[in-house]
Amino acid sequence: MDTFIQQIINGLVLGSMYALVALGYTMVYGVLNLINFAHGDVLMIGAMTGLTILNILNQHFPDLPGYIKLAIAIGGAVPVCMIVNVIIERVAYRSLRNAPRLAPLITAIGVSTLLNTFAMMIWGRNPLPFPQLLPSDPISIGGALISPTQILLLALALVSMAGLVLLVEKTRMGRAMRATAENPRVAGLMGVDSNKVIIATFALGAALAAVAGVMWGANYASIQFSMGFLPGLKAFCAAVLGGIGNIYGAMLGGIVLGIIESLGAGYIGDLTGGFLGSHYQDIFAFVVLILVLTVRPSGIMGERVADRA
Amino acid sequence: MTEQVILHIAGVNKRFGGLQALTDVGIKIMKGQIYGLIGPNGAGKTTFFNVITGLYQPDTGTFELAGKPYSPSAPHEVAKAGIARTFQNIRLFGEMTALENVMVGRHVRSKQGVFGAIFRHKAAREEEADIRRRAQELLDFVGIGQFAKRTAKFLSYGDQRRLEIARALATDPQLLALDEPAAGMNATEKLALRELLIKIKEQGRTVLLIEHDVKMMMSLCDRLMVLEYGKPIAEGLPSEIQSNQAVIDAYLGGSH
Amino acid sequence: MFNFDTSRNPRKAYASMAVLIVALLAFPFFAAQFGNSWVRIADMALLYIMLALGLNIVVGFAGLLDLGYIAFYAVGAYLAGLLSSPQFATLLESVINQYPALGESLVAILGPEIQQNGIHLSVWLIVPLAAALAAFFGALLGAPTLKLRGDYLAIVTLGFGEIIRIFMNNLNEPINFTNGPQGINLIDPIKVFGVNLAGEAGSRATVFIGGYGMPSVNAYYFLFLFLCVAVVFVTSRLQHSRLGRAWVAIREDEIAAKAMGINTRNVKLLAFSMGASFGGIAGAMFGAFQGFVSPESFSLTESIAVLAMVVLGGIGHIPGVIMGGALLAALPEVLRHVVEPLQEKLFGHVLIEAEVLRQLLYGLAMVLIMLNRPAGLWPAPKHEDRPDGDSDTKNQSSGVIAA
Repeated sequence: MDTFIQQIINGLVLGSMYALVALGYTMVYGVLNLINFAHGDVLMIGAMTGLTILNILNQHFPDLPGYIKLAIAIGGAVPVCMIVNVIIERVAYRSLRNAPRLAPLITAIGVSTLLNTFAMMIWGRNPLPFPQLLPSDPISIGGALISPTQILLLALALVSMAGLVLLVEKTRMGRAMRATAENPRVAGLMGVDSNKVIIATFALGAALAAVAGVMWGANYASIQFSMGFLPGLKAFCAAVLGGIGNIYGAMLGGIVLGIIESLGAGYIGDLTGGFLGSHYQDIFAFVVLILVLTVRPSGIMGERVADRA
Repeated sequence: MTEQVILHIAGVNKRFGGLQALTDVGIKIMKGQIYGLIGPNGAGKTTFFNVITGLYQPDTGTFELAGKPYSPSAPHEVAKAGIARTFQNIRLFGEMTALENVMVGRHVRSKQGVFGAIFRHKAAREEEADIRRRAQELLDFVGIGQFAKRTAKFLSYGDQRRLEIARALATDPQLLALDEPAAGMNATEKLALRELLIKIKEQGRTVLLIEHDVKMMMSLCDRLMVLEYGKPIAEGLPSEIQSNQAVIDAYLGGSH
Repeated sequence: MFNFDTSRNPRKAYASMAVLIVALLAFPFFAAQFGNSWVRIADMALLYIMLALGLNIVVGFAGLLDLGYIAFYAVGAYLAGLLSSPQFATLLESVINQYPALGESLVAILGPEIQQNGIHLSVWLIVPLAAALAAFFGALLGAPTLKLRGDYLAIVTLGFGEIIRIFMNNLNEPINFTNGPQGINLIDPIKVFGVNLAGEAGSRATVFIGGYGMPSVNAYYFLFLFLCVAVVFVTSRLQHSRLGRAWVAIREDEIAAKAMGINTRNVKLLAFSMGASFGGIAGAMFGAFQGFVSPESFSLTESIAVLAMVVLGGIGHIPGVIMGGALLAALPEVLRHVVEPLQEKLFGHVLIEAEVLRQLLYGLAMVLIMLNRPAGLWPAPKHEDRPDGDSDTKNQSSGVIAA
């Protein structure tokens, strides 16, 4: 039973990060009908920027409390990621808004490759250690362990998601975003500037990814230029699982996928008689994606359907 | 002399969520007829088309083509059975030439596969030559033979419509189903289209036609059916339809 | 200048092809003056061109964005690895360790020779097997995507590609199929007509045909060139056939294609299979050429590289794809020989290494091409001139078809 609770906690931690990134995918998809393939790399940029800031802080202000440093790192990573994502939209996607859907996807792949390459050039190819910021003594919950970093991660994710919901439901910009996602043309007729909405969408998604990136680094203590690809992909699977285009779906899908992956990795050995080990953990997300798209394309919360081609 | 029933459909119901798009719609078309389907916008004409040709699945209905039941479950099966259609918003293969578009129409009546494609043995070459010849004949038939080598998306609007008809004819259909072939045409073009349809009828083909130009329909069609809000409200000869009160009311001011 | 469009001007097209073939045949003899590396680059470029041509069937003809294509390359390579190297012996050993009863009976059937040395099939068997296995996987990976829209299809195929890579990386316990991250070594080189393309032992990789000797990379060059030409031939034949038209029809408008009686499910599966089979053949060649395979060679980066080649050259247009393949496969290597020493001279050290340059090129290629010339650098010629007079309108027409 301890293992089970441990897996659930791990799953929640993993799932929160997936949820934050999935939100970015789902929001962009909602307004543009486009999968921003490069979004996972925004997570990486967030982690890298955060690391650079932390290294500077550690060098010049080593006595600052850990959570202050972390706050500054996040505070620095968020605007950087926002700028990066907005630039990507402006340069790569804007002129392709009316092109057949494959064109922006190919461009997105190109952008992702470029982001990876720039990261490789700036930060090098090798894994970089993320400094320890919070006390490492884990707290025990029902026999399972959770570290302060992980608790902070969960808290931050919760706060971010709540903030996003508030923004989307209660503010003018949020209403504009929802309107554009529903029906861009009519929203335009109502005076909504779709360009502003799209920029805001990309910026918000990037902000969430930045938080996830820095916390990813803090949680796993090591980051690398290629770290964005797999989590990004899985976050997309989570968004589809929850119902692409639906913000609550993205959050739910992220958490659920995190738990599935964690439980799966824990029990796959037993399930397959030792044939498949926990290295196969990454497969779960794709299996989930294929199942969802085959059986229930609209996802758990079912808003947008993957059209019959 | 018994006329052959080409298309016999009964009891079609189709619901989309909260909207009952079609209620108990049926149709009976005899061989060699030009049969018209008219009605106000949103009446369900294209929906009915889509049901007949397998694009939508009906909730209920029986479907018979030339006396044999057919299942409208998959569009390609419907084409194989013998119903060929055109689309309201032209759906050509834009990057292919006009000739190639029509050659695709022959796909369902030919059979060479990977082996024939790679090795081009005698049977494959003969089939390919036959496909090409038939396609050119059809292009000539509809009047755009000289554009065989032109990329389809560069054809003029009227020629694209004709190309779509040629492509549908290439499948050798028992029933040719045309969804608003005259949309966007001026009077001259419509006359040309009318003549083409008569030519098709003279070949012995059966045509089912959705159109909004009621005047053209009255002079062209042998029989008509009128749909309103997904229900048939009148069926019969053009003269009967013209004087039908329900039809006049449906069009709010009569058929001009 | 060069024109390869046989339908428009056959004489010029065939003449162009002849000139090109002669130049290609002569190339190694010139390049050999400068050492083996250029021909080696050409060998890899030829393999990539084969891959690009295979992917072109899926992406170019049928319009299905397959982002996991490299998986089929991997399948072919690992098949060569498993069936023409000592690996099978290692596999048997692991079977004996885990499931002794099964292991012993396998040894009894296969014999001590295989237990000792592994299976060493000849290339005449490996190639068709690789093609068939890859085709099977192609259909398998394509099957769940048949009803999906373009971008979802891309992501799912990407996922499949990743799944294959993960399996390749981890299928070394309990039974050692792939030897995990270390990969499979000592793969047999290609032996055809009694000639070992890696050169006889002790000849320092020189191949002797008749009395004439040439470096091993040159021998492989001619083999790969022959295979490439064969692939071009087959894909070209496929393009101009009933099947090829069906593929393009699906790409252009799937609903209309169905309405015209095309069984889109089967036709799409055929696209996946056929495209995959070329990948498998290229993979088997790669395994034999390089002598070892490891999961690193089959990452998403490689899938993206092949896609970039197709996109850069001209989606769907065979000459364009060949050009794209040649450019993106050879250019980074060429640049490495030029740019790295240049950077040494200018900056004292290498700022941008070849690997980084390669990635930069792929990324830039895809972004810039999609933004500026989405049809590629060398797209299929459009037939829009009006030599035969107008029909209804006088001006250049604008059809109703959306691009």
